[in-house]
Amino acid sequence: MGVYWAIAVRSFRRFSTYRIATVSGVFTNSVFGFILCGVYLTLWRERPGLGGYDVPDALTFVWLQQGMLAPVGIFGATTTNELGERVRSGEIAVDLYRPTQLLLWWLSVDFGRAAFQLLARGGVPMVVGALVFDLKFPSSVWLWPVVVLGLVLGILVSFTIRYLVALSGFWITDSRGMEQLALVLSLFFAGTILPLVAFPGWIGVVARATPWAATMQVPIDIWLGRNPGGTGAALLFQVGWLLVLLLTAQLITTVATRKVVIHGG
Amino acid sequence: MVERVLRAPAQYWLLIVMWIRSVLAYPASFVLMLVGSTLVNLTDFVAVLIMFSHITAFGGFTFGEMALLYATSSLALGLADLITGSVERVGERIRTGAFDAYLIRPVPAFLQAAADGFALRRLGRPLQAGTVLVIALSKVDIDWTVARGIMFVVSVVTGAIIFGSLFVLGAAFQFVSIDSAELANSATYGGQALTQFPLTIFGKEIVRAVTFVVPLAFVNYYPVLFVLGKPAPLGLPSWIGLLSPLVAAAMVGLASLGWRAGLRRYRSTGS
Repeated sequence: MGVYWAIAVRSFRRFSTYRIATVSGVFTNSVFGFILCGVYLTLWRERPGLGGYDVPDALTFVWLQQGMLAPVGIFGATTTNELGERVRSGEIAVDLYRPTQLLLWWLSVDFGRAAFQLLARGGVPMVVGALVFDLKFPSSVWLWPVVVLGLVLGILVSFTIRYLVALSGFWITDSRGMEQLALVLSLFFAGTILPLVAFPGWIGVVARATPWAATMQVPIDIWLGRNPGGTGAALLFQVGWLLVLLLTAQLITTVATRKVVIHGG
Repeated sequence: MVERVLRAPAQYWLLIVMWIRSVLAYPASFVLMLVGSTLVNLTDFVAVLIMFSHITAFGGFTFGEMALLYATSSLALGLADLITGSVERVGERIRTGAFDAYLIRPVPAFLQAAADGFALRRLGRPLQAGTVLVIALSKVDIDWTVARGIMFVVSVVTGAIIFGSLFVLGAAFQFVSIDSAELANSATYGGQALTQFPLTIFGKEIVRAVTFVVPLAFVNYYPVLFVLGKPAPLGLPSWIGLLSPLVAAAMVGLASLGWRAGLRRYRSTGS
């Protein structure tokens, strides 16, 4: 256990050295935040109460989302992209003869990254947004641990998806194509292009049932207190997907490491 | 100088052909990336479709008019991204010192940086934008005149040039602050996200900013207003869209100065 903690700590430190990248990321998140607020203000003015959100809900959604994009890794994350790169180049062989579990190793690496980005990038867009707009915050103190739990579960679900995508390289050599497809699904079903509550009819039902919903839409709804089945059901939904994905990831890891062929000699 | 400029297209072509060959070495992955890239861009437009399942007009624009704004903005960015988008990788080259290699080759460093890792999959965006454009033109009733036709075609080119200049300026800034690749995204991809909507919904200050500071409004908004025969905001003349070639020329000048200034500051890395 100690070794995984040590990996996570070092990964956290590694990402904390990219200071200018962090600042420019926060700036970009804020610019997009203002653009989306302009769009959502117009949309919710034309259709008040769309998807059960009022205007403060919609605007809070925007700023929470901008803070979560990097930690959750909606566009993919450096860590899992590196894993894919290692599978392609064959460097994965080095990872495989370490006396650690491949899945837990990369989980720790990704967790360190996510923890740094959550601390450094997560809150700032929310503060920027709150200076200009009237935003919503959890109504009582005991809700905060629940919000944090939802966020952590969202990050873990996102990690297992990205891990599976990177491992696809064991079969198709180059996982970048799969990364691109995973990006489409993640943009669409995590609620990045529009909150999932605004998706009409059966598309909305399908979107809300996917694991991507568990990465961003569900944690945001926990913050807003807008989960249709209540916060308990929302957490169960996240845990359910996490278990399914973790088991799949472990299974795929076993199969992949059995069939791996590393060139050279 | 003139000779160098004349040689540039052939040199650029040689470089990108090399990169295209390298990406085609993994055909399955390339097809997935092209499909993926088209779909990623399609999601933006799906957002517009979903919005119009709830409303009939957005900021005074009908669905067809919104599609026209979206298509022109996405087409301009897509072309700029295809041709110059790779230039943002320059920060990584500067950090690792690999930029040195550009300076000793007999091709301008700018061309090499712009062609670096040329991503053919970025054709996905222009392809998708072109499809939306056809849909848009079939939905909107435009009173076509020669002036409007010329304006429309020219605006796609000038829009791409404006976005391309922003990509180059962002890259030039990385000579000063390495690792700031994401900063330029707020002007380029952010600019596309902004200009796909009628700008007046963002308020007068934003319209002023994207007219006089970062001239994103000239990419497609003013030209489209001209083509649709809609009045311009802020009491500006309705023909203001006609100025977009001038704006594009000014941006190219600025980008060229920025790149040169950045290049002069370059110092290799190492200890």
